[in-house]
Amino acid sequence: MQKIGVFVCWCGSNIAQTVDVQAVSDALAKEPGVVYSTNYQYMCSEAGQNLIKDAVKEYGLTGVVICSCSPRMHEATFRKAVASVGLNPYMLEVANIREQCSWIHKDKEVGTEKAIILGRAAIAKVQLNAPLQAGESPVVKRALVIGGGIAGIQTALDIAEAGFEVDIVEKNPTIGGKMTQIDKTFPTLDCAACILTPKMVDCAQNEKIHIYSYSELKEVKGFVGNFSVKINKKARYVDENKCTGCGECTTKCPMKNVPNEFNLGMDNRRAIYIPFAQAVPKVATIDPNYCNMLKNGKCGLCAKVCGAGAIDYKQQDQVIEEKYGAIVVATGYNPIKLDKFDEFGYSLSKDVITSLEFERLTNAAGPTSGTLLRPSDGKHPHTIVFVQCVGSRDTSGCGKPYCSKICCMYTAKHAMLTREKYPDTDVYVFYIDVRSPGKNYDEFYRRAVEQYGVHYIKGMVGKVAPRADGKIMVQASDLLANEQLHIEADLVVLAAAIEPDKSARPLATMLTASMDTNDFFTEAHAKLRPVESPTAGIFLSGACQGPKDIPDTVSQASAAAAKVIGLLVKDKLTTNPCVAQSNELMCNGCSSCEKVCPYGAITYIDKEFRMPDRTTRIRRVASVNPAVCQGCGACTVACPSGAMDLKGFSNSQIMAEVDAICQMK
Amino acid sequence: MQGMMLNRAKELLSDGTVNRVLGWQAGEFVYDITPAVFETEEELDAGFVYNGFCGNNLSKYLVKETLKDGKILVFLKPCDTYSFNQLLTEHRIDREKICAIGIPCDGKTSGEMLKAKGISGITGISEDADNFVVDTIYGQTTVAKADALEERCKTCKSKKHVAYDELLGEDGEILDSHRFDMVAKLEAMTPDERFAFWREQLSKCIRCNACRNVCPACTCEQCVFDNPKSGIAQKAAADSFEENMFHIIRAFHVAGRCTDCGECSRVCPQNIPLHLLNRKFIKDINELYGDYQAGAEVGTRAPLTNYTQEDVEPSIVYHREGK
Repeated sequence: MQKIGVFVCWCGSNIAQTVDVQAVSDALAKEPGVVYSTNYQYMCSEAGQNLIKDAVKEYGLTGVVICSCSPRMHEATFRKAVASVGLNPYMLEVANIREQCSWIHKDKEVGTEKAIILGRAAIAKVQLNAPLQAGESPVVKRALVIGGGIAGIQTALDIAEAGFEVDIVEKNPTIGGKMTQIDKTFPTLDCAACILTPKMVDCAQNEKIHIYSYSELKEVKGFVGNFSVKINKKARYVDENKCTGCGECTTKCPMKNVPNEFNLGMDNRRAIYIPFAQAVPKVATIDPNYCNMLKNGKCGLCAKVCGAGAIDYKQQDQVIEEKYGAIVVATGYNPIKLDKFDEFGYSLSKDVITSLEFERLTNAAGPTSGTLLRPSDGKHPHTIVFVQCVGSRDTSGCGKPYCSKICCMYTAKHAMLTREKYPDTDVYVFYIDVRSPGKNYDEFYRRAVEQYGVHYIKGMVGKVAPRADGKIMVQASDLLANEQLHIEADLVVLAAAIEPDKSARPLATMLTASMDTNDFFTEAHAKLRPVESPTAGIFLSGACQGPKDIPDTVSQASAAAAKVIGLLVKDKLTTNPCVAQSNELMCNGCSSCEKVCPYGAITYIDKEFRMPDRTTRIRRVASVNPAVCQGCGACTVACPSGAMDLKGFSNSQIMAEVDAICQMK
Repeated sequence: MQGMMLNRAKELLSDGTVNRVLGWQAGEFVYDITPAVFETEEELDAGFVYNGFCGNNLSKYLVKETLKDGKILVFLKPCDTYSFNQLLTEHRIDREKICAIGIPCDGKTSGEMLKAKGISGITGISEDADNFVVDTIYGQTTVAKADALEERCKTCKSKKHVAYDELLGEDGEILDSHRFDMVAKLEAMTPDERFAFWREQLSKCIRCNACRNVCPACTCEQCVFDNPKSGIAQKAAADSFEENMFHIIRAFHVAGRCTDCGECSRVCPQNIPLHLLNRKFIKDINELYGDYQAGAEVGTRAPLTNYTQEDVEPSIVYHREGK
């Protein structure tokens, strides 16, 4: 039997208003094992903590129950307090009588009764608590960043700045991501390339950063502080170390009609290509789907013109194995496909384009060298209609239920820049509502409306129909004027919703990191731990966690880096002792637990056991890696024999709590 | 068939492929069949039988047998092969130490079923396609299989062997024999009627543990009912709640792993239709997670221990009104 002290907190009036704290401490004083019971206004205050410490010393308490707010709030505080006077911190339990009691009840009698029951359950649990010791595991001082967009770049730069090695894995031939395709950035209108490419070069030149471009993750094993990763470096058929990026091959290659993904297929590149002038690494890549040499063994022109002798048609995929202490996911986003939105006629006319395509059409490095021309006939458009929320905030099932966040601002930017450069152009923007929170954002949007004379019309576009004469009929409703509009447009720009990159889902499975229903990575806590995944050692950077503009992405990227640095500076990690443990004598070796473990913490070993008749027997038994186990308890439920148990939350402890709650008094 | 099996067993024993044979032998009466391990040809000649009474599923005995040295020959009826696969999936038996021979089965009967038909003094049994021919001290009598088959054989799920090293006789097909009809009837009852049904059945339980001991899914190193620390270990049910709980806990423990071999009901001395509890789980799993047959393959991830995005939401269970 433990010697238990009970401490009931008033939380000012938060608890005391709906719970009779005196009655609770009096009732709990009568529970078996309770030798001391009291209540106090603020148990978490220094005076409150001293009250607990003194009682532990004076009464020789072996167990402590705090009736207060949620353990998520102050469990750590109280555990630290009792540890300072020599009690094992895991001998303390918190009964949540605030969030789960006083805040949700109005009637004091009911609240008091429930608080007593919750306290009784915690006391029953403490009776079965055992002192637990936290273990240690070493930390590999190297980080992996998955995705080389602005998020990944910023995270990598910040981690390298702190002196740690960082590897960036980028699936495309160059780092830079979506930002390389953007022309200007809101709200200051500086050129995206001008602010991004120096960072890309910094990455390439930083000796702490290694870039694996044209590479993908193949396998992830291990746990926080000690991940083993296999990276598949795809064959680019060009020796990266020899290629000087002169670009001679890309002008001589006879395969001229390869759709250029950098310009979203609006112009062509060769089969050997460098995505754009500022690519990092600036190395050519051969597209095996189009290269005649790789497909048919005929041509070899690029090898002939390459002065550096960098072309290698026999190059193979290469698997690199590396160990990391932390992994940052920065897989970014893509605009959704618009084939489900026939009403906007995206597939019917070349002159109905997405906003990202619009960026390329206005970019000096784009297919039109920065002059805004219609893709169909190369003429100047005189009436442009922007449609917002295409697939965003869509509960019909065709699109995405969430707000894509960036569209209002970039549409204002597009509209403003168009009016600036081509004042003879009529620009219409159809919106549900304009969302412009953020520093200098609303001012930016107001400038588009007030200074640049963009026609902002509240209402959705019903139909976009291309006409034989090249005009595009836009039918829409103006909700404020309550009238139907028919606009003859030359160009229609659709603000397509954004979605997580398709590579994110399989990656999440590999990392055992959780995702929401939209395939955005879930953060450990929406407010308090926004850049960490619930899986220890996995961090989130940028739009893989939710729609974000560049300033938000960079902030989050640096925040993720700070968290990674905080992890990597440690030589050893203290592990959570509340982990699963298998009773080897009872384990059947059936693998049920291994199958349900979301963290891959359970392995099986063949172990020799002495039998009662003095013979030995080799048995297959489960073994939990305490550094990987997150204490979720799934295995304890799956185990058919009850061999698996969770330390600190054992089946017997939980049953004791249930019994205490169900007990009639 | 018994002759073929005997010859093959002797061959494998004499050429050293196996050093033991797991089969059946008669007890005091011909219908009191027990599983038995034979180590020599003489032992086989003296005791080995295979007939209409040999219902026992031998796969479970391999858990202990494969801990021993040498390879063992086992004869598996189609429904036994499902248990065999499930045990392999759960790493409970060592495939390397087993030579499995699949044997056909046209349904089994029992001494009790025949005695209930007024047949006594049974001294032997043989069968043709539709009938059991029973020898008694009063002479020979014929019973239609339709009248004398065990319940599990009437609703046989499969005559196909899903695991074997070699096969004697013809392999059969997976059958659709309406095995969930009775479960559907129970589901259609009101909760009170259903509770009354189960109270009547489970109140007969004498806690002999035969169902657990014979169940091929119950192979835990230490059963929770034998573990004082589990909080539910008892040797006898103290009240009606405990009578119910024993069987409900057992059904939960084998949920998703039960192959529906029907051994539990076959061995129950009180004739409690225990298989219905397991079948309810199987029916639910089929309906909620798509058709799944435990033991159909080795190593498949069972629906209850495998999360997929397509998994049913808890709300669906509410839509079904708890049925």
